[in-house]
Amino acid sequence: MKLGILINEGPYTHQASDTAYLFAKAAVEKGHKIHRVFFYHDGVYNSNRLTEPPQDDRHIVNRWQKLAKDNQIDLVVCVAAALRRGIKDENLQEGFRISGLGQLIESGIQSDRLVTFGD
Amino acid sequence: MTEATGGIEMEEDTSGKVKKFLYVNRKAPYGTIYALESLEVVLIAAAFDQDVSLAFIDDGVYQVVKGQHTKGIDVKNFSPTFRALEGYDIEKLYVEKESMEARGLKEDDFIVPVKVVSAQEMADLMETQDVVLSF
Repeated sequence: MKLGILINEGPYTHQASDTAYLFAKAAVEKGHKIHRVFFYHDGVYNSNRLTEPPQDDRHIVNRWQKLAKDNQIDLVVCVAAALRRGIKDENLQEGFRISGLGQLIESGIQSDRLVTFGD
Repeated sequence: MTEATGGIEMEEDTSGKVKKFLYVNRKAPYGTIYALESLEVVLIAAAFDQDVSLAFIDDGVYQVVKGQHTKGIDVKNFSPTFRALEGYDIEKLYVEKESMEARGLKEDDFIVPVKVVSAQEMADLMETQDVVLSF
């Protein structure tokens, strides 16, 4: 199945990004295709290159980066939501790209299911 | 894929497909940014010629209440934007009856024409959709 994912909450405060990651990983392992993960609202913080959690904790940003690289997943950060929150090319982690909300709608149209994480 | 474009891409490949999109608004217009950013999605989505509906449930019904004054909290009153949706052919707005009544609101309290439906009818509506985005 072709899946799109929407993440609406930032890392660490909220479990949404963790759950989305585990869902995406499990889906890929089952042979499904994740064509895009779209980061919106505070979800854009999941792309912050300056994120530095304690060493014994999971690195949410880099974990997304690796999963995307290994499985050709398009990681898209909403430009309007990102600029509002100070996420720019300068502090955007490699593997993510900043683009418009149209990418979310396109994901809804193209995927068999668009799955939302966060409230 | 790693290259940041920093802007909106106009060449979206949606190959003429039309899906039923429902935007579910459950939160009060102010206090959190969800309502405003949801409306931003709806406005962008309008350019995609999809079959769009909006639902207002729980405190989300306050988003379309008329007579909003936000000067005191120094936040932009975005409720007039709902009036502009008609110009984008977005005319299917549903308010859940139970949420409306629980908040002491009536059908003529809204800034735009809405259809008031029961929770059951709302559930039936959701059942018919392809993509449901809840903010």
